[in-house]
Amino acid sequence: MKSLETLQAELTAALACSLELVPNPAVPAQSSLRIRSDQALALAHFLRDTPDWQFDFCSNVTGIDWPDRTEKIKVKRLVDGVEKEVEETRTVPGFLEVVYHLYSIARQDGPLILRQRTANRDTDTTVTSLTPVWRSCEFQEREVFDLFGVRFDGHPDLRRILMWDGFVDFPMRKDYVEPDDYEYEPTPHDEVLERAQRHYPAGEAAA
Amino acid sequence: MIDEGLKNELAKQGVFVTSVQELYNWGRSNSVWPLSFGLACCAIEMMAASMARFDISRFGSEVFRPSPRQADLMIVAGTVTKKMAPQVVRLYNQMPEPKYVIAMGACAISGGPFKQGYNVLKGIDRFLPVDIHIPGCPPRPEALLHALITLQEKIAGQPLTGPERPRHLNAAVSGEYPVPEFGPHDLQPPRNDGLWKPLPLVRPT
Amino acid sequence: MSYPGAPAISFQPRYAPDGTEQDGELLEVSLGPQHPSTHGVFRMDATLDGEKVVRLKPVFGYLHRNHEKIAEGASYLAAMPYTDRLDYFCSLTSNWAYALTVEKLAGLAVPERAEYLRVITAELTRIQNHACVCGFLLQDMGALGTPLMYAFRERERVLDLFESLTGARMMCNYLRFGGCRCDAPAGWLDAVRGVVAEFPRFLDEFEALLSNNEILLARTQGIGAVSAAQAINGGLTGPLLRAAGINYDLRKVDRYGIYDRFEFRIPLGEHGDVFDRYMIRVLEIRESLKILEQALKTIPDGPIIDPKAKLRGFRPKAGEAYGRLESPKGELGFYLISDGGPNPYRYRIRPPSFINLTLLEDMCLGRPLADVVVILGSIDIVMGEVDR
Repeated sequence: MKSLETLQAELTAALACSLELVPNPAVPAQSSLRIRSDQALALAHFLRDTPDWQFDFCSNVTGIDWPDRTEKIKVKRLVDGVEKEVEETRTVPGFLEVVYHLYSIARQDGPLILRQRTANRDTDTTVTSLTPVWRSCEFQEREVFDLFGVRFDGHPDLRRILMWDGFVDFPMRKDYVEPDDYEYEPTPHDEVLERAQRHYPAGEAAA
Repeated sequence: MIDEGLKNELAKQGVFVTSVQELYNWGRSNSVWPLSFGLACCAIEMMAASMARFDISRFGSEVFRPSPRQADLMIVAGTVTKKMAPQVVRLYNQMPEPKYVIAMGACAISGGPFKQGYNVLKGIDRFLPVDIHIPGCPPRPEALLHALITLQEKIAGQPLTGPERPRHLNAAVSGEYPVPEFGPHDLQPPRNDGLWKPLPLVRPT
Repeated sequence: MSYPGAPAISFQPRYAPDGTEQDGELLEVSLGPQHPSTHGVFRMDATLDGEKVVRLKPVFGYLHRNHEKIAEGASYLAAMPYTDRLDYFCSLTSNWAYALTVEKLAGLAVPERAEYLRVITAELTRIQNHACVCGFLLQDMGALGTPLMYAFRERERVLDLFESLTGARMMCNYLRFGGCRCDAPAGWLDAVRGVVAEFPRFLDEFEALLSNNEILLARTQGIGAVSAAQAINGGLTGPLLRAAGINYDLRKVDRYGIYDRFEFRIPLGEHGDVFDRYMIRVLEIRESLKILEQALKTIPDGPIIDPKAKLRGFRPKAGEAYGRLESPKGELGFYLISDGGPNPYRYRIRPPSFINLTLLEDMCLGRPLADVVVILGSIDIVMGEVDR
């Protein structure tokens, strides 16, 4: 496997598309390339069909939810005429991400990890479906749609797959609130007791 | 009711005496036909119980019926998900009386290890009356056999008359239970209140 | 059954061009979720023209137990017992796939003896899984009882080994990050040698009974065939891919663990039909027995867990890892993202049986309904893994 930087340079040269390298600090250092949704289909076709690449096997498709987060940054501000370093919080908007793990069976090579991201988490959650290129994405993209709410543009059959059709939530998102049907242990303490008392209507909770 | 001593004495003389209730219950307790209905991991142990080594046919229950119309016993073997729960209740409703339910494994009893799951029903007793619970994850085939024997004892002990008589001899009681529907977030209703109540909370003192 | 992009299929009686009514309406049949040969709670919505399948859509989710969501809320180690319940026929390979990924993420090494124990348990898992799959396949063809009974007889012997090693028949929960939970008890390896030595007798018996059986040949040859290109594009892995003639076995490709030390061959099919899949499984059992024999000869003494591996308070550094191995069903992958915390930020399973179902419709189109059951049996699905 060539290094990802070479791959990035070669792909950028071949297709004139913009690719962002997403580093992976963990031990295996399987870094990935973030691709733009509008260029995804052309790139996927190129990766599959060009003899030098031949990524003919899309192994794994998955979604990741990155909710809005706040981070603290230090800014220099004029406070009472004196320049001071002030800590400010700012909100980083969240997004949904879809990750594809590609392998080449013909060249016994891989993985090449591609990522697509949506604009945000609620109004614009569309990315390009790669099912027309790799059939193995079909059910997995449906699963990502079902559990994360990512819409795949160009998917032939985008329906819920694991949950039932009338279900409205996206349960794998980090902010999903599950239905309150949990049965609490009969002798709860502290935090669990509070949750349990909130859970049971007054009559039922024989506290 | 015939005196036990007299019965034994008569048996020594070659006279076999029994009551209708005993004969009737003896017959039906020894040919309990389960529904071949596997949900998850426990179903594999249920299959193992029906194979040569554990041999459930020693207890008259090897006839696994694929159709609920021919079955007496539903072994809820595995996790009941919310998506599956309406079908489980519907299958139960389709079984003819007399019918019994064994909840096999932790998942069928309470959700077990998957209890926190958003799509997992926290125990089949929220929708169906369960006769025997088998703990374990999964229970060994011997545990299933034990449950079957316990069920046979239960059937053998049922009186045929009086208020305690089984449901199929009591026209006033229905053996059908309401089937839950899929809602936007959860099953509707999430439980059958006539069957199941949450445990009372006890505040530790 | 309408959905966006559904092909236009008329459910009305069809008419010939001259206006005379042809026989037959299309018939919708829902197989499952309670069906004796759907291997659990799988459902297929089939549309039939007479007896021929013209459309077939699998419906999933009847065993969706939220493994991924639960594992994201639990510590790394606490997810290990859930992997047992993923593919409940092969708990030990699922354990290994997860342990492999975490070891990759955290950079843990595995001692020699533990690697050997992993290979031995994984190959035992493979032989009992393949034996049972062949039994189930035959049962789906109508051979009620006998083949499955034989297969389960052999499976019980393997389960006895698992029980004496791990304490549980099915849910072994045996591997730990950087090793195994406990060493083999005294005499266990000899017991394995006994089972391995006796297994070929079962296989010979099984094959004599079945492999040249005329009914089996008629029901399986040329049924459900997929071409090599289709199989790769559809993401088939494991015996299905190799039945289509592609030499791709992760034990040879990735050489994870210590598989590069053993000599074994990869059986390949030609036609990609049900018969090839059946034959490949039988041949793979023989190859697994070869691996077992070699492993049992050369297993060294020593520690079974990396002393640096922490069981409590295990927090790998932030990052992500994708690990995969050849489970009996195909490529079982785990994709983990760590944010440095005690539980994984994202925990994803790449389930082979789920993705192998992608081409189910293509395999079944134009076949009679009775073949659908056989084709499904040859794919070898376990619902715990399909729906997770």
